[in-house]
Amino acid sequence: MAKEYETVIGLEVHVELASKTKIFCGCSTAFGGAPNTHTCPVCTGMPGSLPVLNKQVLEYAIAVGLATNCDITRYCKFDRKNYFYPDNPQNYQISQLYLPICRNGYVEIETENGKKQVGIHEIHMEEDAGKLIHDEWEDCSLVDYNRSGVPLIEIVSEPDMRCADEVIAYLEKLRLIIQYLGASDCKLNEGSMRADVNLSVREVGAKEFGTRTEMKNLNSFRAIARAIEGEKARQIEILEEGGKVIQETRRWDDAKEYSYAMRSKEDAQDYRYFPDPDLTPIVVSDEMIDEIKAKQPEFRSEKMERYKEQYGIPEYDIEIITGSKRMADLFEETTAICNQPKKVSNWLMVETQRLLKEESMDPEDIRFSPENLAKLIALTDSKAINSSVAKEVFEVMFHENIDPDAYVEEKGLKTVNDEGALRSTIEQVIADNPKSVEDYHNGKEKAIGFLVGQTMKAMKGKADPAMINTILKELL
Amino acid sequence: MELLNLTAVKLAEKIKAGEVSAVDAVQAVLAQIEKTEETYNCYVTIDREGALAEAERVQREIEAGNLTGPLAGVPVAIKDNMCTQGMLTTCSSKILGNFIPTFSSEAVVNLQKAGAIIIGKTNMDEFAMGSTTETSAFGATRNPWNDAHVPGGSSGGSAAAVAANECFYALGSDTGGSIRQPAGYCGVVGMKPTYGTVSRYGLIAYGSSLDQIGPLCKDVTDCATIMEVIASHDTKDSTSMPREDYNFTEALVDDVRGMKIGIPRDYFGEGLDPEVAAAVKAAAKVLEEKGAIVEEFDLDLVGYAIPTYYTIAAAEASSNLERFDGVKYGYRAEDADELHRMYKRTRSEGFGPEVKRRIMLGSFVLSSGYYDAYYLKALKVKALIKKAFDEAFAKYDIILGPVAPTTAPKLGESLSDPIKMYLGDIYTISVNLAGLPGICLPCGLDEKGLPIGLQLIGDCFAEKKLIQAAYTYEMARGAFEKPAGREE
Repeated sequence: MAKEYETVIGLEVHVELASKTKIFCGCSTAFGGAPNTHTCPVCTGMPGSLPVLNKQVLEYAIAVGLATNCDITRYCKFDRKNYFYPDNPQNYQISQLYLPICRNGYVEIETENGKKQVGIHEIHMEEDAGKLIHDEWEDCSLVDYNRSGVPLIEIVSEPDMRCADEVIAYLEKLRLIIQYLGASDCKLNEGSMRADVNLSVREVGAKEFGTRTEMKNLNSFRAIARAIEGEKARQIEILEEGGKVIQETRRWDDAKEYSYAMRSKEDAQDYRYFPDPDLTPIVVSDEMIDEIKAKQPEFRSEKMERYKEQYGIPEYDIEIITGSKRMADLFEETTAICNQPKKVSNWLMVETQRLLKEESMDPEDIRFSPENLAKLIALTDSKAINSSVAKEVFEVMFHENIDPDAYVEEKGLKTVNDEGALRSTIEQVIADNPKSVEDYHNGKEKAIGFLVGQTMKAMKGKADPAMINTILKELL
Repeated sequence: MELLNLTAVKLAEKIKAGEVSAVDAVQAVLAQIEKTEETYNCYVTIDREGALAEAERVQREIEAGNLTGPLAGVPVAIKDNMCTQGMLTTCSSKILGNFIPTFSSEAVVNLQKAGAIIIGKTNMDEFAMGSTTETSAFGATRNPWNDAHVPGGSSGGSAAAVAANECFYALGSDTGGSIRQPAGYCGVVGMKPTYGTVSRYGLIAYGSSLDQIGPLCKDVTDCATIMEVIASHDTKDSTSMPREDYNFTEALVDDVRGMKIGIPRDYFGEGLDPEVAAAVKAAAKVLEEKGAIVEEFDLDLVGYAIPTYYTIAAAEASSNLERFDGVKYGYRAEDADELHRMYKRTRSEGFGPEVKRRIMLGSFVLSSGYYDAYYLKALKVKALIKKAFDEAFAKYDIILGPVAPTTAPKLGESLSDPIKMYLGDIYTISVNLAGLPGICLPCGLDEKGLPIGLQLIGDCFAEKKLIQAAYTYEMARGAFEKPAGREE
């Protein structure tokens, strides 16, 4: 009889924090500057420079810890992790090993079998490294230290997950909590959220964990799910053949759907961790925790409750809209201007979702403003434009955040309200389509739709369909 | 020359009074350097043109009434482990042999704001690791009292430059005695302030939790005056501490009546040269005669200070010196065809033997499996040493003792036996481990005509008591002799 296996998964999730400046200096964390323009003596490891902790980073880390039910370490320290690599200008990374800022928390996820808690072992603060650029033509490598010192937190889970679905649910939950806190935008594709998967398999019922591997380079939920399936199968195959899984770090290649070993435990480095003497221990006071608690935003479940009562939109809409902080903000801000929650929700549910899907965009990247969406809704309400024109305008607005009023004016998209002009166009349409007119008189109600369409075409779309209908029926 | 024998404060007074100019002072120092530098090798870098240009600028500012401080216009020498913008900063190491910083250390900025004129950068033990200034990649510095002897270290260049009149005062740094011991060997005044008093920003770190910048100068008045200028609360250094009181010169009072001075018996045991012991005891007697209450007591854990210090300092150094890898600045081995070979060759060729020894020692005590037994245990002993001092300072205002077991050894005597060299730090290093202030001033000469250093140790933030006691002793002692070997 074939053995049954269980997968045991724990995650190490790196999240880039949203602070405007780096963790230990005043340099900008903005993405995409020219190489080495967001740097100073501190983040390039110049001799004599010293790190000073950015308080905002500490506050974000504590906020994430509180939102994930962690104990906050009241006396915490930074440690140096020593290893030589050129992207790391000091040749040590400032991180936390002995006294991380948060410990012993959990988040609750929904699974097929109901609610489940995934434990959080710890959350620690650390600095990101620079970026190496290998110039194949010049046979040299260059370093860009713009990323060096960008603040990260690493969230280390307990090995509490058993399948890819649970992993995705856990990541989505974490992402939403952190986005709601404003602590990060958590974009996997841009690397502001990165997950390493620790996975082992064991026979169902076994008490001991199997030997685990760590999988890196996973930059989408899909890649994570596939890597988990692939690694699980690989390990089971090894065990079935009587072999042993080797503890090692593996790199996932999502294009090839295959992972390969990067380094094994045998050549694991000794990082010689020790408390960084340049940074004084951090004492987290009750006042600081109270202050951060007071600033905690409304989380998703509270928001969903409130939407139901305050806006009366369908639960399905609420589910989708609160699934992204950016969408929820857009919804609330637009509704605050136009006071039409259902219409705002419709735009976000239908057209926005369609375009996000077409462009494979993250909702966090939506560019149009609540003011412009409210203007578009006002234009349709006043019948200044009809719904198909509105969709066209929305699409432009989605891409370029144009002002709908100005755009409609400039492109001459306003509905023609000149009844005389419309009436003569309809008269012409009736004259040109005697067959349809006859069908209508013979009781084929559908024929009127064709005539409306023809009229709209002649009007280049700039007519109110209801008005066409009325005049048509009158003339016929 | 008369001008060169002035203290820094006296020179500044004459400049302010218009009797001499800052340019005269710089020219006098440069002339002295011409005469004696070849023998003593106090400097790694001498900035003749820069110093003269700066002297002219400062002189104009003084005349315009914009610079009125007590050090305005006075030439200073800076230890070569403090960054000076646009001026070579080598730590006396080949690995930083071409390094020109883009910013100046905070202590140097504070001096420059006060109108100090930087003559150049002084020689030191490589990365401040050593007690003789012989581990410099740019040759040893010699003691102006007798050029067959070392000036001490690691701030040996600074101490010798003051003693040789090659500057009016200097900055040094002290991780385990590196200001106080060379001050003792060269017969000048040196102070290591309470940890956190002078910003470490721009000081190229050796042992970050122990390093402090401080003055090397001609008398206690200069010392207090320089302290007032360089001490500051700096938000760029997380370990910098705001102090309630920076008025160190207020403590220049000739009075120790009622002051309680403790002498640790442990500091007068085996290994202490009898001539040194006698001179230090005589100094204690002087203070007693001036009204201090002097007692002997037992200071525990003295014997543990050296292993504790070398564990902690080496551990921190092994990490601090990782950034010198040939990638970003400094020396890079040529023709290395692969990253790790480049690292290895750069560091093998760039660092000297003492630095390598301490990097290896530090890497070992931090390595997995040894961390608890060495580094963590050393931190615990460090805390106990601090506690022993706390108990002592519950009873005494000041602790008095020698600064080193002997006077300056001859060149070449120390390096052959590193353990012996490490043991020479016995009286100074526990002060760094406990973060305390200490001052060293000359209290006599031995038979060879070499200066003997008296060390006074205070509780944290008690620099003013040290200054007061040192000033009182200095008044009673009278002017100290001049180096016999110094060319005038």
